[in-house]
Amino acid sequence: MSEALKELGQHVELKRPECVVGWEIARGELTVEIAPSSVVSFCNFLRDDQTCKFSTLIDITAVDYPEREARFDLVYHFLSMYQNQRIRVRMALREDESAASITEGFPAAGWFEREVYDMFGILFTGNPDLRRLLTDYGFRGHPLRKDFPTTGYVEVRYDETEKRVVYEPVSLVQEYRQFDFMSPWEGAEYILPGDEKEAAK
Amino acid sequence: MKDETLTRGFADARTDEQKIRNFNINFGPQHPAAHGVLRMVLELDGEIVERADPHVGLLHRGTEKLMESRTYLQNLPYLDRLDYVAPMNQEHAWCLAIERLTGTPVPRRASLIRVLYSEIGRILNHLLNVTTQAMDVGALTPPLWGFEEREKLMIFYERACGARLHAAYFRPGGVHQDLPPELLDDIEAWCDPFLEVIADLHVLLTENRVFKQRNADIGIVTEQDILDWGFSGVMVRGSGLAWDLRRAQPYECYDEMEFGIPIGKNGDCYDRYLVRMEEMVESTKIIRQCIDKLRAPEGQGDILARGKVTPPPRAEMKTSMEALIHHFKLYTEGFHVPAGEVYAAVEAPKGEFGVYMVADGTNRPYRAKLRAPGYLHLQAMDHVARGHQLADIAAIIGTMDIVFGEVDR
Repeated sequence: MSEALKELGQHVELKRPECVVGWEIARGELTVEIAPSSVVSFCNFLRDDQTCKFSTLIDITAVDYPEREARFDLVYHFLSMYQNQRIRVRMALREDESAASITEGFPAAGWFEREVYDMFGILFTGNPDLRRLLTDYGFRGHPLRKDFPTTGYVEVRYDETEKRVVYEPVSLVQEYRQFDFMSPWEGAEYILPGDEKEAAK
Repeated sequence: MKDETLTRGFADARTDEQKIRNFNINFGPQHPAAHGVLRMVLELDGEIVERADPHVGLLHRGTEKLMESRTYLQNLPYLDRLDYVAPMNQEHAWCLAIERLTGTPVPRRASLIRVLYSEIGRILNHLLNVTTQAMDVGALTPPLWGFEEREKLMIFYERACGARLHAAYFRPGGVHQDLPPELLDDIEAWCDPFLEVIADLHVLLTENRVFKQRNADIGIVTEQDILDWGFSGVMVRGSGLAWDLRRAQPYECYDEMEFGIPIGKNGDCYDRYLVRMEEMVESTKIIRQCIDKLRAPEGQGDILARGKVTPPPRAEMKTSMEALIHHFKLYTEGFHVPAGEVYAAVEAPKGEFGVYMVADGTNRPYRAKLRAPGYLHLQAMDHVARGHQLADIAAIIGTMDIVFGEVDR
């Protein structure tokens, strides 16, 4: 299995050296890192090349790393029903960059790109219908970014006097609990309760 | 003279200047044939659908965001709430992802139990889908007969894990509890009468004139559509492609099971119905094989890979301090998963259900993406439904097998 993946990785790198930044095989899965500018041509190559034939788009998603300069990782998964292989394509994207849409070659990308835009705020140039998908009509913010609080900013309720649904800022009766189960003996990064004096030193 | 009386009071009805506009309607969000909270804006020319724009997200609960702040084990029950028609199949993908990241082997008995319950889940799903789709196109009896069998299967769920729907039964490293031998006997005894129920459903539907007229040649899916729109599961097999992850990329112990992969010929709603009916029969075969293998000597043994990701046996906790600490730490802090990323997919009843997990070495996933098959099927609604009658929309949604728990997440 991994032999075949290795050959595939070499093949992809050989055929598209200008796109591929690097590739690796981990846990039986091939990941190819590409340059963001070449995503459309690279995905079309994966679909049309006879050795690859990755004709099915499985998934598009993003991962947010706020501390990195190139904040987002855009991750594509492809499947070849003919070669019975999978591939993961990844590219790093800065917050102010937009990605190119692959809806031309893969119509299935439409909703995935809408979702990534909705959840992360990454813009896709060339997507004909880049509306929000999963969140509420008129929603603001991008929930899956790490700096977006899990509780959100607004809450809705039905107002009996106004006879309609109203939006209000979230008011929490209790602080949202983030339990920290990491052992304080294994390098806690905060000041332990009762240990303030020690920390001041 | 006669004409005049006819048009009196409706003076504008026959003038040439009248402009005929397309008519937009909202299908849903509260429509019984929408199988949940789907709002679809349909542009109609008479009764012909010109454009379909599904608005999803009315059931969006932010599962992926919630998962980032909970431990791997706490996240497991969220998977039940995705496709709540066949809950354990979703858990399976989650467990497989964690096991691949941590390198945990699954004991043989647990593996067999998982396959057994995955197939029960498949029958649960197909029973619901086939019969309610029949209801969408006008038949009332099939759901009543089908739900009786579903009820029996949910009792098997309940007897294994204590819950009829939200099981939380598959755990990383195995399954939560062992099955009593009586339960195996009862599942085996259920198989034969169930095949008769399938035969009864065939009598009700397969040659039924109305059912055929409403489904045959409706919503035809070609091979190119499958590739373009990323279809999986029955949407692929109904069009004649024998693609099944259980066979193509075997996981668990599917490679030692003997079962056929039914495929359709025309790729229309009727063929997808037939494929689902046949798959239930094939699933019954797998269930029988699982029971035989579970009774064999090789099928005995522990149901959890004892180690860091699983709790110690109850009896051991009474005597061993380490076991007690381990139990406490496991259910508070949770286990840590080495950094890395993995994509694990299973052949869920609706198609390929996948979990893409990015771990950063802590006790919580850094990012978890759930890839639901129904999401892509619904996306293609505009493409598949265009040019069909309004009434066909219900039939197409039905055979696409859409459940909003997994589409909206």
